[in-house]
Amino acid sequence: MKAIVTVVGKDRVGIIANVCTALANYNVNVLDISQTVMQGYFTMMMATEVSQCNVPLAILASEMEKIGKDMGLSIRVQREDIFEAMHRI
Amino acid sequence: MLNQKDILQTQDMIDKRHLDIRTITMGISLLDCCDPDLKTCCEKIYNKITRCAKDLVKVGEEIEKEFGIPIVNKRISVTPIAIVAGSCETDSYVEIAKTLDAAAKTCGVNFIGGFSALVQKGATTGDWKLMRSIPEAMRETERVCASVNVGSTKAGINMDAVAEMGRIIKKTAEVTADNDGLGCAKVVVFANAVEDNPFMAGAFHGVGEPECVLNVGVSGPGVVYHALQGVKGEPFDVVAETIKKTAFRITRMGQLVGMEASKRLGIPFGIVDLSLAPTPAVGDSVARILEEMGLEVCGTHGTTAALAMLNDAVKKGGVMASNHVGGLSGAFIPVSEDEGMIAAAEGGTLCLDKLEAMTCVCSVGLDMIAVPGDTSAATISAIIADEAAIGMVNSKTTAVRIIPAPNKVVGDRVEMGGLLGSAPVMPVHDKSSEDFIARGGRIPAPLQSLKN
Repeated sequence: MKAIVTVVGKDRVGIIANVCTALANYNVNVLDISQTVMQGYFTMMMATEVSQCNVPLAILASEMEKIGKDMGLSIRVQREDIFEAMHRI
Repeated sequence: MLNQKDILQTQDMIDKRHLDIRTITMGISLLDCCDPDLKTCCEKIYNKITRCAKDLVKVGEEIEKEFGIPIVNKRISVTPIAIVAGSCETDSYVEIAKTLDAAAKTCGVNFIGGFSALVQKGATTGDWKLMRSIPEAMRETERVCASVNVGSTKAGINMDAVAEMGRIIKKTAEVTADNDGLGCAKVVVFANAVEDNPFMAGAFHGVGEPECVLNVGVSGPGVVYHALQGVKGEPFDVVAETIKKTAFRITRMGQLVGMEASKRLGIPFGIVDLSLAPTPAVGDSVARILEEMGLEVCGTHGTTAALAMLNDAVKKGGVMASNHVGGLSGAFIPVSEDEGMIAAAEGGTLCLDKLEAMTCVCSVGLDMIAVPGDTSAATISAIIADEAAIGMVNSKTTAVRIIPAPNKVVGDRVEMGGLLGSAPVMPVHDKSSEDFIARGGRIPAPLQSLKN
C-alpha cells in the first residue's frame, strides 16, 4: 500500500531530515520526493510504501501530524488511492 | 506518479471547500426480528442492530484518518418498523422507537432511520399504529427518524394518510414545543420513497434490499461553488461541463470510501447517492451556487432553471464515477441547513411557492421549512398533497419535512442546532384547504402517456 506524505510550512533547517527519520522509525520506505520552496513556504510531497509500516496507517497519520505540529508544519499522511480515484479514470 | 497539482487540489477541496463524505449508512434488515411479544421483538431488534453495526463507527473513523477525508455522519437504516412490528400484540410502537434509540446510542451513530410506514395505496393496522406513535416516539427519543410514504406514481396518493400526517406533524410539534417543535425535523412524508436512501430523516432499509448493506452519501456544494467562480460569464454549456467534472471528482470519493468501508465491515456495498447536500456552514451552500450562476438572490426568477441544470449536471458527472447509483441523487434544498437559503428566505425573496416549484426539478422537496405555529393541520396536509402530486406526476421522489413551530410567527427563527441549522419562519397562504383534505380517499394514479 502506498501513501502520500505532504509537508507544508515555513522553511527551516532540518525538515527533510526530521520527517525522513520519523518515517524510517515507523519502517516506511520513501519512494519519491518532490519539493519546492515558494515565497519562503516549504512544500514537499513524498510517495511512500507503507505496507511494512510497524503501526496501523491511521496511527501513523496521527503521529506524523503531531510531529508536524511540534515543528510548526502541517504534515499529513493519506492513502494514495484518494488522489488516484479523484484524478485518474 | 501523481503530480503536485492534483494532490494540492484534493487537499484544498477538503480543507477550504468543505468536501466531505456526508454519511455512510448501514442498512439492516429486521425482518427476522418479528415477534408477537413486544418485549421479545425489541430484544431481537436491539441485538441485531448492535451486532451488525458494532464496528460501523470505528471503521468509519479509521477510514477518515487513512484517507484524510472527513466522514461527517455514520448512520443506520432499518426495515420499516410498521412491517417488522405488524405482528406485535400492542397498540403503540413507542417502545420499539426507544429500542432503536438505545441501539443507536450503543453503536455511536447520530441517527437511525426506519420508524417508517409505506401507505401509498392503503394503510394496514400496523401502519396506522406506527403513524399514531410518531409524536410520542419523537418526544421520547433523540436519534430516531420517522418517515411515511403517502403516494407513488404507480399507486396514486393516499389522501387519508395525507390528512392523518398533517395532524401527526401538528401533534409532534406540540409535544416537542420545548424545543421549538424539533421533533418535526425528524419526520418526513414522502411520495415515491426510495429503498436505499442513506440520508436522514428519510432513510429506511427497503424489503427488496439484502440482509445488510452499506450506502454512501457524498457532499460538496462548496467545491462546485468554487469551480463555478472560475467560469464567470461563460455560457451554460461551460457551466454544465464544469459542474459535471466537479461532481465526478466528488462522487469518486464516495465510491472509494464506500468500497473500503464495505470491505472492512464484510457487507456488500449498495449505492452512492449523488447528492449535493448543504450544511449551515458558510461556503457549503446550494443557494450560493445558484446565485453564482447569475441570480442576485436565490428564489428570484430563473432559480428553477438554474437548479434544474445543476441537478442534471451533478447526476451526469456522478453516474460515471460510481458503479451503482441510487438513493435520492440530486441537489438538496433544505432551507434551515443552507446558509444561502436562510438568507434568501429571511430577505423575503425565497417563498414557499417558489420552493415548491424548485422541488419539481431537484432532489426531494420542501425540506426543513418552519411555518407559523398556528398553521392548521389541514394546511400542512394540503402542502403534503401538493408535494406528493409533483412526485407522483413527474415519477420522482418528493418529500415534506415541515416544522409548524409552536408560538412562532413569520419573521421569527427556529434554532435546531448542529447540522439541522436554523429556519426562518415562512408565511403560508391563509385561505383554508379544510374541505379539500376532509374528503379523504385516494387520488388515482396518473396516466403515464399523453405527457403534457
